[in-house]
Amino acid sequence: MAASSVAVSELLHNMNKQISVLYPKAACVIRRISTPSSRCDSQLQLRAKSAPQQLVGVVGLEVHAQINSKTKLFSGSPVGFSAPPNCLVSPFDASLPGTLPVLNKRCVEAAVMTGLALNCTINKKSLFDRKHYFYADLPAGYQITQLRRPIAVDGMLTYSLLGGKKRSQVIRKTVTIKQIQLEQDSGKSLHDDLRSQTLIDLNRAGVGLMELVMEPDMSCGEEAAAAVRELQLILQALGTCHANMSEGQLRVDANVSVHKPGEPLGIRTEVKNINSVRYLARAIDYEIQRQTEVLQRGGTVQNETRAYDSKSGETIPMRDKEGLQDYRFMPEPNLPPVIVYEDNASLPTGIDACQAVVVQKIRAGLPELPSVKRDRLVQTYGILPEHGFTLVNEDGLVEYFEAVLKATKKEPRKVIGWVTNELVGRLKQQDMSVSQSPISPSALAELLELQESGHISSSVAKQVFQEMWRSSGKTASQIIQEQDLGLVSDATQLHNICQKVVDSHPDEVHAIRNGNKKVLNKLMGLVQKETKGRADPVLVRAILQEKTS
Amino acid sequence: MSLFSIAAKCTCRGLSMKIPRPSFNLLTNDRHSITNVEIQSHVTHVTRLLRNHHSKVPEVATWELIPEDQLPPPVHIPADLVDKLERLALVDFRTKQGLACLEKAIRFADQLHVLDTSGVEPMDSVLEDRALHLRDDVVMEGDCAEELLHLSKNTVEEYFVAPPGNIPLPKREERAAMLKHSEL
Repeated sequence: MAASSVAVSELLHNMNKQISVLYPKAACVIRRISTPSSRCDSQLQLRAKSAPQQLVGVVGLEVHAQINSKTKLFSGSPVGFSAPPNCLVSPFDASLPGTLPVLNKRCVEAAVMTGLALNCTINKKSLFDRKHYFYADLPAGYQITQLRRPIAVDGMLTYSLLGGKKRSQVIRKTVTIKQIQLEQDSGKSLHDDLRSQTLIDLNRAGVGLMELVMEPDMSCGEEAAAAVRELQLILQALGTCHANMSEGQLRVDANVSVHKPGEPLGIRTEVKNINSVRYLARAIDYEIQRQTEVLQRGGTVQNETRAYDSKSGETIPMRDKEGLQDYRFMPEPNLPPVIVYEDNASLPTGIDACQAVVVQKIRAGLPELPSVKRDRLVQTYGILPEHGFTLVNEDGLVEYFEAVLKATKKEPRKVIGWVTNELVGRLKQQDMSVSQSPISPSALAELLELQESGHISSSVAKQVFQEMWRSSGKTASQIIQEQDLGLVSDATQLHNICQKVVDSHPDEVHAIRNGNKKVLNKLMGLVQKETKGRADPVLVRAILQEKTS
Repeated sequence: MSLFSIAAKCTCRGLSMKIPRPSFNLLTNDRHSITNVEIQSHVTHVTRLLRNHHSKVPEVATWELIPEDQLPPPVHIPADLVDKLERLALVDFRTKQGLACLEKAIRFADQLHVLDTSGVEPMDSVLEDRALHLRDDVVMEGDCAEELLHLSKNTVEEYFVAPPGNIPLPKREERAAMLKHSEL
């Protein structure tokens, strides 16, 4: 591998040389793209300015979201994660002859609700189809899905990502939702290579899925990851899916290709086996880079399925099932069309209202969506849009923030930095979730109160925060007492320290006396250094001004 | 295909005009599963009803064979297509007789080409103008692992056992040998 990547970079280098002769500005772009850490927004900006002919990534997504329901899509057996094998299986789920599908109302409602939240058109009449393929965890030999007329079509997902120089600017983007279709999940296979057999657990077979097809409107891993994160938040707010990627409740396949803007789309590959939002971004960026290199080498991209290996960070070709697939789609003869009604008035006579799926009723029951929640937080607390973004995107952070606010008199605008910078920064560093934070909201509130009331300076507060993180359970006041971090406001003591600083820095004092007042800050810094940041800044400034006047 | 569609459409019209909905269990499908026996009885029921109402559907099937010269030239299945069909449908024609049977079936279906179906929309199901019954999300079944596992030839603990991956179909040379063998 190392050898081949050396060869690639050499090739790239040569190409860069050639290109830089022809298009002097283009060279830097290639280097950008071939740097794994480069971000798409900076790439885009460069591209737009200097090289419209450069290859860019095109990303579409297929998302399978397991519907949060008590029973399966077409049978009354329970849905559950990590139950003993084959104990959540009905005769229908095991595809025994003579059994027929009976549609779960909850699954239809969940799909309609998700469709409404994603601004889809809800098809008043949708149809089921059979998709045939042979695999032991699909005992019927076909999956019931919605190919011809899915339950919801033509929607839009608006998502945001942080961009700009300091990554503090909220950039809003949209992706078209082509359709949402209801379909069955498959069972699970456990491969026992030793005894060369496959163990089949049908507990998952027949669980309701919503397949969401997102058009190739995204251009890099970061955008795709942001779109999936927003979808995850929406599904969780709706309660239509738990959307936990590591438990397989949300599965994302990415269709990736590269092309020159304005030209037809390139040949795409499908990347599977991605089980976290972070890996999604990495897998896509790796794949864009790989395809770019293949094309720049003069090769062609193969239309194939690739698996992401999270250990190596690479995508590798998967053993294809049968080359070109023919799923022999056909209408599902055992299920008449699903009809949903706009409102109670449009219900035909003789239909029981509690038997029918009524769009208006579901629309009225839509909860607050993440984008609305962000705007509300920004309004209520007077914080910046990027703060609202971070608060909602981290699980449990809004609750944490509001709990801190309840226990302190400090203004929300001053608390938010502690939560989104200090806390989230530390959590991300250690790959932890908000609920795992060693510092509870009340402990943080106590620390902020001590700062607000003038017991400690802001720099000491940050020091105490780090100490609280390391020695979980100790309160801020304990740490301040133990390490003697309290603010020094004893005038005599401060006078002595200031005098020492003034005496040892005659040049600075001279500069101040000549009118360069900014130099006073340097002296203040030296006093703080002397007191380990514990000196009362207001007092120190007054003393220094007096001594240098 | 189209022949069946037309017949089905007629039947359906008859149904939707003459049968009050609640009496027809198959349409609403409100049971967790309907066995073949039940379906059979429903079908008989329908036929009887239709007969009483002077349906245009003939009571007894009638047919006439279409002369060979009106049909398109007969299809012969090349080895590669056999390969593809076997892969797609996981069937095994295996013998020369099996292949001949397939060709005969296609020849029989060729008669449908004579029928003019222009402007006729194919149907999916005779129930397509009916609302689908929706079930409440309440656990009614499952928890029968023991019974289901009993039906399997091969189990390990609570798992069904399947061969690793899909069983590869015979290569073309192997099949040629098999076909040759079946001629003997």
